[in-house]
Amino acid sequence: MLMKLARLSLWNRRGTVLMTWLSLTISIALLLGIDHLRTEAKNSFTSTVSGTDLIVGARSGQLNLLLYSVFRIGNATANISWPSYQRIIKHPQIDWAIPISLGDSHRGYRVMGTNTDYFSHYRYANSQPLVLAQGKAFEQVFDTVLGAEVAQKLGYKLNEQIELSHGVGAVSFSQHKDKPFTVVGILARTGTPVDQTVHVSLQAIEAIHLDWQQGAPIPGRQLTSEQTLAQDLTPKSITAFMVGLKSRMATFTLQRQINEFKNEPLTAILPGVALAELWQMLGMVENLLLLISLLVLLAALVGMITTLLASMKERQREMAILRAAGAHPWYLFVLIQLEVLLVTLLSMLSAAALLFISLYLLQDKLAADFGLFISLQVVKLTSLYWAGAILLLSAVLATIPGVLAYRKALADGLTIRL
Amino acid sequence: MTDKPKIPAIDLKQLQFYYQSGGWQLHLPELTLHCGQHLFVRGASGSGKTTLLNLLCGITRPVSGELYVNGQPLHQLSSSARDSLRAKHIGVVFQQLNLIPYLSVLDNALLSSHFAGQNKTDSVSRAKTLLQRLGLQQDLWHKPATNLSVGQQQRVAIARALLPKPTLLIADEPTSALDSDNRDAFMRVMLAEADANGCTVIFVSHDQSLTQYFHYQLDMQQLVKGVQPC
Repeated sequence: MLMKLARLSLWNRRGTVLMTWLSLTISIALLLGIDHLRTEAKNSFTSTVSGTDLIVGARSGQLNLLLYSVFRIGNATANISWPSYQRIIKHPQIDWAIPISLGDSHRGYRVMGTNTDYFSHYRYANSQPLVLAQGKAFEQVFDTVLGAEVAQKLGYKLNEQIELSHGVGAVSFSQHKDKPFTVVGILARTGTPVDQTVHVSLQAIEAIHLDWQQGAPIPGRQLTSEQTLAQDLTPKSITAFMVGLKSRMATFTLQRQINEFKNEPLTAILPGVALAELWQMLGMVENLLLLISLLVLLAALVGMITTLLASMKERQREMAILRAAGAHPWYLFVLIQLEVLLVTLLSMLSAAALLFISLYLLQDKLAADFGLFISLQVVKLTSLYWAGAILLLSAVLATIPGVLAYRKALADGLTIRL
Repeated sequence: MTDKPKIPAIDLKQLQFYYQSGGWQLHLPELTLHCGQHLFVRGASGSGKTTLLNLLCGITRPVSGELYVNGQPLHQLSSSARDSLRAKHIGVVFQQLNLIPYLSVLDNALLSSHFAGQNKTDSVSRAKTLLQRLGLQQDLWHKPATNLSVGQQQRVAIARALLPKPTLLIADEPTSALDSDNRDAFMRVMLAEADANGCTVIFVSHDQSLTQYFHYQLDMQQLVKGVQPC
């Protein structure tokens, strides 16, 4: 009967209840959405690189090195000479190394020169290897393997010819027109910046710049693809390299050795540490967003209590009738609490649905525009904590009209003041 | 008429009530009402009728004196004990707007038995019989209470008041919103049902013409002087 009373009483005031429900739904969806996005973004962020023990580049800050080597954001300050690279990777503790050469692009997507070790050793998320969705890894100098998104966005198929541009802008005035590349492989989607990368061999990077000097073609010294293949294509330098160790125990020792490398100034970073530092910087914004959504929720809850308080006056008769029929004032208190909890519960369910639908619709766009891969699993353990906290908060706020009903019931008796 | 000493439905002695803020006060020296008696209490507004009713049904507690309803010392019981006593033993009918607008007729009638903690299925069947006897046909039972005429609403209120088989029925000017035809019908059906349940009735009104339905009548002025009903 109590449940029936609460349900029908809410239905009786469905106009205001509907608006309350709407505002609560939006604010709870906002809160859960931001919470969901931030955990997902953090996951997506920290899972970009895995299994790599050290990233080595020319001397710079660790964030800069992390950003250009892993996230393809920004540029390297200097390069590492090929002999230095060769010397370091001979270290007995090093299991594998992936050289990276950056600086060119293809229609806004970064080109990364590397070798085939990249496909066998690079790991992301929970130690997942890269998988070729189509084709194979590059074998010839002018072969290229595309990230999933590059292929999808630009509509490239296997065996298609593409041209690279010098520099990293979306529109480049200096093209490597004379040396086209053939698409030989397309990687499966990873949800990391790998999807937005065009992979070529280190030799290819060397080849397209053979007839260049100081970032511009040397006039009168154009080489054709065939001519370049005849040249020595050993790279002179690389931008950075990733290192996997035989034993993780050696990480700090090797890091110090590389940082103190005599031949040229280098920096070695631990990707996990650097990622954590970067995330900490972004954490400020994330916490601010969460705080704002909490305040929005509080405003919506206060709004609900306000409408409830306003309705108490017109519900005096209802309360008096219940009292006359034998209801204890506690019963009225519980009735009001139940109404509030019902509305909140309903709003939480619809908020979860709203969140799911909007994420479902936005998933592709978020992945494409921001590289954020958001799962649709909206209801998880933390959202249950949130749900509990929201219910508790609404119950606490509902004590205001509840106590009012209780006290009025005691004071007014059976008389109804209209 | 009685062969064994029966507990009076209402027995009050030196009952006093006043508000903390002071000023007005009500003092009732003595009143005894036996089971099945119907008492008409007449009084102008402001004479303490409402306070008397609040005291009798246990909403307010007397400041001093003794008040027994159905043998229970109301002046000593806790507020929740008074609430459950009211649910089980006292039925209340107001002037008007007795029903909760969003509940159906049947649910409105069932409210009191719900608070009295009575068996649901049993209550439902009794409520249906009671509603039928009060002239409310089956097609009305599941309609919202607001769809009924005032006369019908007041009859639903009687059904609600009588459903838990109370020993005492308190009516606070239940006919004031009715026209004379409806009023006569209402009075007859209410008192007949009260009689059928062996229920004591206290009926408060300022309408002199209603005295014809009652064996016992008192003025508020007589009541405060301690005159017994006759």
